[in-house]
Amino acid sequence: MVVKLQPSALKRTRWYEVCMRIVFGGLATVATGMIAKSYGPVVGGLFLAFPAIFPASATLVEKHIREKRQRAGMDAVTRARDAVALEARGAAMGSMGLIAFAAVVWNFLPDGRAWLVLAAAGLAWLLTSISIWQMRRVARGYFASKPQRG
Amino acid sequence: MLFRFVVGGLVVSIFSALGDVLKPKSFAGLFGAAPSVALATLGLTIASNGVAYAAVEARSMIGGAVALFVYAFSVAWVIFRYKRSAALVTAGLLCLWLATALGAWALFLK
Repeated sequence: MVVKLQPSALKRTRWYEVCMRIVFGGLATVATGMIAKSYGPVVGGLFLAFPAIFPASATLVEKHIREKRQRAGMDAVTRARDAVALEARGAAMGSMGLIAFAAVVWNFLPDGRAWLVLAAAGLAWLLTSISIWQMRRVARGYFASKPQRG
Repeated sequence: MLFRFVVGGLVVSIFSALGDVLKPKSFAGLFGAAPSVALATLGLTIASNGVAYAAVEARSMIGGAVALFVYAFSVAWVIFRYKRSAALVTAGLLCLWLATALGAWALFLK
């Protein structure tokens, strides 16, 4: 399946859902700063990869897919939960990109320009995540097309 | 603190919106592990505490990211296998993230 951009999907997002993301994201950022202040940067750094927004996002995905399928009179609950599982699988691949992001910042921030290092780390996250996603897709296609023995 | 809240909230929302408009779902899921909180926090930390402090945080973040992998993989497996609700599984498994992150801290970072 080819990656597609669907700006119309934003119409399904309600204002309170946007508010919820801003609040969860803001609280996660404040909490991370407070943990670092209280326990130091070693413990605080762990929380830079805390899945603060993930439970809320996953719940919204489940709700949107369920509503869409119910309107079409199709099996809603199972399909919605499968969509969340697929999204979580994507997040697992994205977390490997997050390791690349952190490694770039850790290694290059002390000697480099801060904005340039953060931009390079963001790019490392994107390229690593997309590469792993693409490799998994190719591997799945290869094993699916391989003839079974016996 | 209010500034931190606003910056964090906006960066997280932008990455979430990107995830909303992308298909297929597994690709959109990559944005569920976007460095949104990290970008907001590290940017503000560099400004207030300097680059050396932020680099130490980034080193620990590797442990947090490994914990995120374990968490997200487990969420996908539990939902595919048992078809439980997203809210229940994603919130319930947050303790797995915490246990893995603290384990990484105790083994490699302490």
